[in-house]
Amino acid sequence: MDDDDRVFKALADPTRRFLLDLLFTRDGRTQSELESELEMTRFGVAKHLKVLEDAGLVVARRSGREKHHFLNPVPIRLIHDRWIDKYTERRVTALADLKRELEGTP
Amino acid sequence: MTPAATDVETTQIYRVYIKATPEEIWEAITSPEWTNRYGYGGFARYDLQPGGAFQVDASQEFIDAGAPSVVVDGEVIESDPPRRLVQTWRMLMDPTMAEEGFTRLTYEIEEVPHSATKVTIVHEMEQAPTVAAMVAGTSESTGAGGGWAWVLSDLKSLLETGARLSG
Repeated sequence: MDDDDRVFKALADPTRRFLLDLLFTRDGRTQSELESELEMTRFGVAKHLKVLEDAGLVVARRSGREKHHFLNPVPIRLIHDRWIDKYTERRVTALADLKRELEGTP
Repeated sequence: MTPAATDVETTQIYRVYIKATPEEIWEAITSPEWTNRYGYGGFARYDLQPGGAFQVDASQEFIDAGAPSVVVDGEVIESDPPRRLVQTWRMLMDPTMAEEGFTRLTYEIEEVPHSATKVTIVHEMEQAPTVAAMVAGTSESTGAGGGWAWVLSDLKSLLETGARLSG
């Protein structure tokens, strides 16, 4: 499985997207803080966090006895820059071409 | 440096894996010839020793757009090439951000055997909400750039393909 596969797989689950949204609202939360927002066992939350960490979407940092989870947007940015831009750019170019054609300028 | 529990909420962390050596990545972060080739551009000048000065000189393009001649300044706290660089970092592009003062920036560069090099940026920004919004890329649609995520994506593209991202 390559890096993009891991990211898409991680994002394919609603609980994991919810966890990312929680970190987007307030970054650096501990697992206990995240658990309190979910109807799920500690083990379940840990498993989802592991998938997010493996995909690079969450970076965990230890501070004393606490482990804090940070949202890392870079993998999503890489997908955006390499894939989404590529297709949206073509569409924008096509519209620009159409506009030129309709307006009769070469 | 692991952020203390009190400032986790004002800390942002960015991580990317780049197929390049730690030395190449260190060079791309600390030499002006490289820093002007990706992200916001500009020429980084580092005196790589504790207490050494740091500044980013604006490129001509930035100066023409009304930027000050020095766009970022700060001080080196710790320099351990090619693995770790800790520094202060103050954005001077506009008065609000300049007033928020010095933030703390850490680069961690770690080789992953047989794979790539892991680059982690830890940016601690207590009492710097405008800077925090800028480096998070939240004002990208207004032309302020995409923050660290965009900078690292561009750096990865430059080092792996020799070319910047388009646009």
